[in-house]
Amino acid sequence: MGSVEFAAQQLINGLSLGSIYALIALGYTMVYGIIQLINFAHGDIMMVGAFIGWFCTTVLKMAFLPALIISMTITAILGMLIERIAYKPLRKSTRLAALITAIGMSFFLEYGGILVVGPQTRTFPDVFPQTLYNVGGVTFKYGDIVIILTTVVLMTILQFVIKYTRIGKAMRAVSFDKDASALMGINVDNTISATFAIGSSLAAAAGVLMGVYFNTINPLMGIMPGLKAFIAAVLGGIGIIPGAMLGGIAMGLIESIVSGLGFSTWRDAVAFLILIIVLIVKPTGLLGKNIREKV
Amino acid sequence: MLKLDNIHVYYGAIHALKGISFEVNKGEIVTLIGSNGAGKTTCLKTISGLLQPKEGTLTFHDKDLTTISAPKIVASGISHVPEGRRIFANMTVSENLDLGAYLRKDKEGIKEDLEMVYGLFPRLKERRRQIAGTLSGGEQQMLAMGRALMSRPELLLLDEPSMGLAPILVKQIFEIIQTINSQGTTVLLVEQNARMALSIANRAYVLETGKIVLSGNAKELMQSEEIKKAYLGG
Ligand SMILES: Nc1ncnc2c1ncn2[C@@H]1O[C@H](COP(=O)(O)OP(=O)(O)OP(=O)(O)O)[C@@H](O)[C@H]1O
Ligand SMILES: [Mg+2]
Repeated sequence: MGSVEFAAQQLINGLSLGSIYALIALGYTMVYGIIQLINFAHGDIMMVGAFIGWFCTTVLKMAFLPALIISMTITAILGMLIERIAYKPLRKSTRLAALITAIGMSFFLEYGGILVVGPQTRTFPDVFPQTLYNVGGVTFKYGDIVIILTTVVLMTILQFVIKYTRIGKAMRAVSFDKDASALMGINVDNTISATFAIGSSLAAAAGVLMGVYFNTINPLMGIMPGLKAFIAAVLGGIGIIPGAMLGGIAMGLIESIVSGLGFSTWRDAVAFLILIIVLIVKPTGLLGKNIREKV
Repeated sequence: MLKLDNIHVYYGAIHALKGISFEVNKGEIVTLIGSNGAGKTTCLKTISGLLQPKEGTLTFHDKDLTTISAPKIVASGISHVPEGRRIFANMTVSENLDLGAYLRKDKEGIKEDLEMVYGLFPRLKERRRQIAGTLSGGEQQMLAMGRALMSRPELLLLDEPSMGLAPILVKQIFEIIQTINSQGTTVLLVEQNARMALSIANRAYVLETGKIVLSGNAKELMQSEEIKKAYLGG
């Protein structure tokens, strides 16, 4: 394999993986943007989404798209419930209290998941044809195309919602200034709920995509991708939506290059190395601004 | 139209408003003056629902607003231009104005009011695509006022619109307040710049450490020795 093919191959792998990280990172960043909470349960919300997708495709024999939509919808509701039950009562407490609650929620979903579905790994059915396409020495799966396409579509919809819709404008306003938003007539609580719903549904999409791409799922599957997506969000600039997209893709590419060069045992370490470097060199992330607004 | 009756507000253990009662009638400009920490901002936040009184009642058009949340108070016709402007600095001027009309559904009316706001503040029209955080202090004040007008309020609450502005701009802003009032919007104006506030107001209340200590006709208060000494610099 020549170096051009090698690079192209890593690009394809990296984009697929990066799409998944980006979808998860978006939820981290949106929730952080609106209530300054690192929702450590977010990776586990993705896991729940993956299981719902698995249930729909395996037990209910659904096709990919309806399974994706159902998983995103149910997980959105779960995200809202988690916010209302676990985080909202703590909104006026310290950020540390909320953070610890998020870690607790993460354990609850992981071990609650084990209790409900058992600890064993499950296999996703072959939702897609297993054909491998070979273009000029670069192979990619049907799944690669689906992941990248689904991600592009979801991100486009998200950008549209945030920029042009009423709820999107409310979300941006509440992220910036809650009291001023209330003075505009915006219901701050409902806007926060909507943010959790959207973030959780994107995580669910990532979970279903991961399931169909890597074929196996288990109740602890959210931990590592969750952490890496969190790093991706920090890398792009936490609270900045395009930053999460960029950070996710960058993370996927770096990981696939590291693996492609034969250091796959190092790829998790590299992720955390990136976190440390970002925190030292540019804590506000790639797209973060260092200046504060005029007051 | 707006009536506060024996309003008490606390921040934890701090008793910020100690039984405040006053009224604003339709068509008036009423000003609330007082020195730093007197409780002026607290009073406006209580009216607009950002703070809840522990005691007392707040009525608007005989409707009890005491425990109503801020978004519903906007819906009932009160709009608050907060201290420090609190514009959405990360959004454009026109997005800020759109948010002012957040609760409205009447597209035609919104368009009319947008033209009205641009008429009052031509500077905003020129800069409608500019990010609000990059506006000058005076322009930000105009934007905060324009944004509040976009809900087509009956009563406009203004918290220190002159803060941090050059004298010439202060004069301009006060002229605009008078214009807004003459077009039918009732105004409750909080100011430290007592001279300016009294010069455009019909009536005034003087607040000191959470209590109203003086009230009356604005022109008469301007002549009173007490006011001259304490608020008009001799
Ligand atoms: N968030 C808060 N927590 C605790 N105390 C507060 C808070 N906000 C205001 N206070 C206190 O309540 C009192 C009234 O404050 P307020 O901001 O209403 O004064 P003000 O008349 O608007 O003053 P200024 O002219 O400086 O704006 C002050 O003693 C202030 O310290
Ligand atoms: Mg004040």
